[in-house]
Amino acid sequence: MAIFDVPTLKDFLDIPKIQEGAMAHSKPFVASPEHQQKLGFPGELVDGWEDKAIAKFGDLLGRYRSLQVYMDSCVKCGACTDKCHYFLGTGDPKNMPVARQDLMRQVYRRYFTFAGKWFPWLVGAKDMTKKVLDDWYSYFHQCSQCRRCAVYCPYGIDTAEISMAAREIMDSVGQGQKYCNEIIGKVHEKSNNLGLPAKALKATLEDLEEDIEDETGIKVRLPLDVEGADILLVTPSADFVAEPHVDGLIGYAKVFHQAGASWTISSYASEAANFAMFIGSYEQMHDIAERIRKAAQDLGVKRIVVGECGHAWRVAYNFWNTLAGPFDFLDPNYPVPMHICEYTHDLIEEGKLKFDKSANDHMTLTYHDSCNVARASRMGDKPGGQFEFPRDIIKAVCNNYVDMAADTIRESTYCCGGGGGLLTDDLMELRVKGALPRMQALKQVTENNGVTHMAAICAICKSQFAKVMPYYGFEMDGIVSIHQLVSNALIMDGQNTGEDPEEDPAPEKETDKDPKTPEISAAEGP
Amino acid sequence: MITAIYASLFYIATLILVGGVAFKVRQYALTPAPLKIAMTPAPTTTGGVVFRMFREVVFFESLFKSNKWIWLFGYIFHAALVLVLLRHLRYFTEPVWFWVGLIQPFGLYAGFAAVIGLAGLWVRRFTVERVRYISSPSDHLMLALLVAIFTSGLFMRYVERIDIVALKAFILGLLYFDWQPMPADPVLMVHLGLVITLMIIFPLSKLLHAPGVFFSPTRNQVDNPREQRHQAPWAAKMYPRASSGE
Repeated sequence: MAIFDVPTLKDFLDIPKIQEGAMAHSKPFVASPEHQQKLGFPGELVDGWEDKAIAKFGDLLGRYRSLQVYMDSCVKCGACTDKCHYFLGTGDPKNMPVARQDLMRQVYRRYFTFAGKWFPWLVGAKDMTKKVLDDWYSYFHQCSQCRRCAVYCPYGIDTAEISMAAREIMDSVGQGQKYCNEIIGKVHEKSNNLGLPAKALKATLEDLEEDIEDETGIKVRLPLDVEGADILLVTPSADFVAEPHVDGLIGYAKVFHQAGASWTISSYASEAANFAMFIGSYEQMHDIAERIRKAAQDLGVKRIVVGECGHAWRVAYNFWNTLAGPFDFLDPNYPVPMHICEYTHDLIEEGKLKFDKSANDHMTLTYHDSCNVARASRMGDKPGGQFEFPRDIIKAVCNNYVDMAADTIRESTYCCGGGGGLLTDDLMELRVKGALPRMQALKQVTENNGVTHMAAICAICKSQFAKVMPYYGFEMDGIVSIHQLVSNALIMDGQNTGEDPEEDPAPEKETDKDPKTPEISAAEGP
Repeated sequence: MITAIYASLFYIATLILVGGVAFKVRQYALTPAPLKIAMTPAPTTTGGVVFRMFREVVFFESLFKSNKWIWLFGYIFHAALVLVLLRHLRYFTEPVWFWVGLIQPFGLYAGFAAVIGLAGLWVRRFTVERVRYISSPSDHLMLALLVAIFTSGLFMRYVERIDIVALKAFILGLLYFDWQPMPADPVLMVHLGLVITLMIIFPLSKLLHAPGVFFSPTRNQVDNPREQRHQAPWAAKMYPRASSGE
C-alpha cells in the first residue's frame, strides 16, 4: 500500500530514538509561478533571495511580538521534545519543536543578535544559505501548527507562529507551497477551496434536500443565497461533497429546520476554510475573511454560524473580528460568529430537539478534539467549553460514549496529522506517520472499550482520518461528523420514524451508505 | 588596581544589564501582537490572565504538566536562586533589613540546592538523547558559569572564609560612589568576575526568558476576541474601516 514503512501500533506509545535525517526527504510540491503570482508572491526563487528573506524576517520581527519574544526566550530545556506527533511518528530530531524552531532561530541569531554576529559557533548561529532554506521548506512543512508543544512550553513558545513566519518568508522570496497557494487562489476565484461553482453548489444542495425528503418524509431546505435570511451558515466546502462531511451538513440542515430557523448558505462565501492562516499571510487571511463580511452584509443576515471545521473556527473565533470586524451590523444578542455546536447545544439545553438515541446504538463513540478547536478557540461563555459542548452533544444523541486516554484529548489532544496545510497526497508519508499517536490512543479504546467510531468537528481531521485510518487497520468510515450523529438521532416534527424503532434502530439512514457501518478494529500490523 | 578594575567592571556590567534588559522589554512591549493567539482554555478576564501568569512564573505550571524531572531540577534551581539573591542583600544594606536577616540560614542551604538543581539539568543535557541533540556549546557554558558562581560562593562560606566586612565596605562603596578596597582574595575575584560576566551575558542570551515569559501572547492574552475587537496599529493603518462599532 505504501512506499514507506507504516509505524506499528504497540500497546503504548514509545518515545522514539532519534534518527537524524529520517524525514529530510519529505517536501511538498513547490507552488508554480502561476499559483504564486495570483497571490502577489514572486513566481520563483528570486535573485538575491538571501537578503530579501532576511529583510522580510526583520519586518516580521517588528510586526509580530510572538515571533520576537519566541526567538529570544527558548532555554533548550527539552520539555517540548517528546510532544510533537510528527516527532513521535518519525523520530526525526528536526521534528522536535525546539529543533524546528532552531532552524529559524539559528538565522535570527546570526543576523539579529550580538552573540550570533560575533560568536556564531557558540550559539549555533547560521548564515541564510540554500541548505538552510531547504531545511526550512522541508521541516516547516512538517509542522501542522497544532500548538500542542506550546501547551507544554514554560514560556508558551508557539511553534505555529514560527512556522507561519517561515512560510511567509519563503512565499515572499518565491518558494511557496503548491497545495496551500493553489487553494487560496481558488477561494479568490471560485469562492471555495474545491473550486465548486455556484451552479454546481445549487444542484448539490437540491440533491441533498431530495435525499433528506426520501429518508424522512420531510421537506428540509438547504437554502442558497436567500436575502433577508436570519442566519448565514459558513461551512467548509468539503461538507458539500465528501463523506462523512456531507452527513454533518445534513445534520445542520435538520437542526435549523427543527428550530424553525431562517438560514442560508452564500455562494459568494461558500467556504469557511482560510488557508491563508497556514502560510502566515495576514493580507491573504484578511481578504478571505472579508468575503464572509460582504456575504453577510449583502444577504442582510442577523447572525453568522460556522460549520464543523477546526482551523476555520480558529480564524472565525479568534481572527474574524480583527480581520473583518466590527460586526456591528449583526444582532448583538448572539456571539459573532457562533459555532454550529454552540447553536445545537443551546437548542438541546432549551429542550427544543427530540432525539432517538437508539438510532446510534450500532456505534460506540469516542471524540477526537481537533487541535484548533481545542487550543485556539472557545465555545460558550466558559473556558473549556470547546471540550464540553461537542461531548455534551454526542452524549445527548448517543448511548455509548468513551473518552480516549487523558493525555491525548482536550488541551493535550494530538493533531490528526494532516492539519496546517499538509493535507496533500505529496505528504502522504508524513500524514500517516503523524497520525500515529492518535491511532495509538484509538486502538486502546477500541480494544478496551469496544469503541467503533471516532467523531470529529473538523473537515481536515475527517479527510485525514478517512485516508490514513486504513493504514493502521481501521475502517475508513470509522470517522464521523458530530452532526451526522445528531442527524441520525434527531426526530423532526412530523417525521416518518419507521414502524418499530426498537427493532430497527437506523431505518432512516441514507440509502447510499451501508446502514450497518462496519466496525473499525485495530489490525495486528500493517 | 584590583579595586579599580572590579569597580569599573561592575558599573559597566550594571549598565549593560539594566540598559540591555530595558531595551528588550521596551522592544517586546512596543512590538504589536496583531492577532489573538491565547492558548485556550484561557482566562476571559484580565484578572484571570494575571492569575495564569502568576501560576506560570511562581509554580512553572506548564513545565510541571510537561516533564516532572525538568520541573523538579528547574524549580529547585530557580527557587534557590531567588533565596540566594535575597540573602546577598545583606551586602548591599546597612543596617541589614530585618527580613533579609531572617532568611540568612535558608539562603545558605539554598546555595547547595541551586547546585543540585543545576547538576540535574546538566546531567540531562548529556544523558537524554533528545536534549543532547538540542544543546549547543552556549547551553553548556551557561550551566558551567552558574555552577562556578555558586560553588565559588559556597567555597568562601564553608571552606575558606573571606573578609566579609571588607567586602561589604567595597560593595557599599560602589553603591555610594565612595570606593573602598576590594579584598584581594582569589576565590572572591573569581566569584565576582563570573557574576560580572553573567550580568553582561544576561540581555544577550537565552536568559531573556525571564522578561520574555511576561510578554508571551499565548499566555498573556485575554480570551475575548468575539467581545472585543483587537487590532494592531499597523493593521488598522492597512485596513482602515470607519464604523460606529468600536
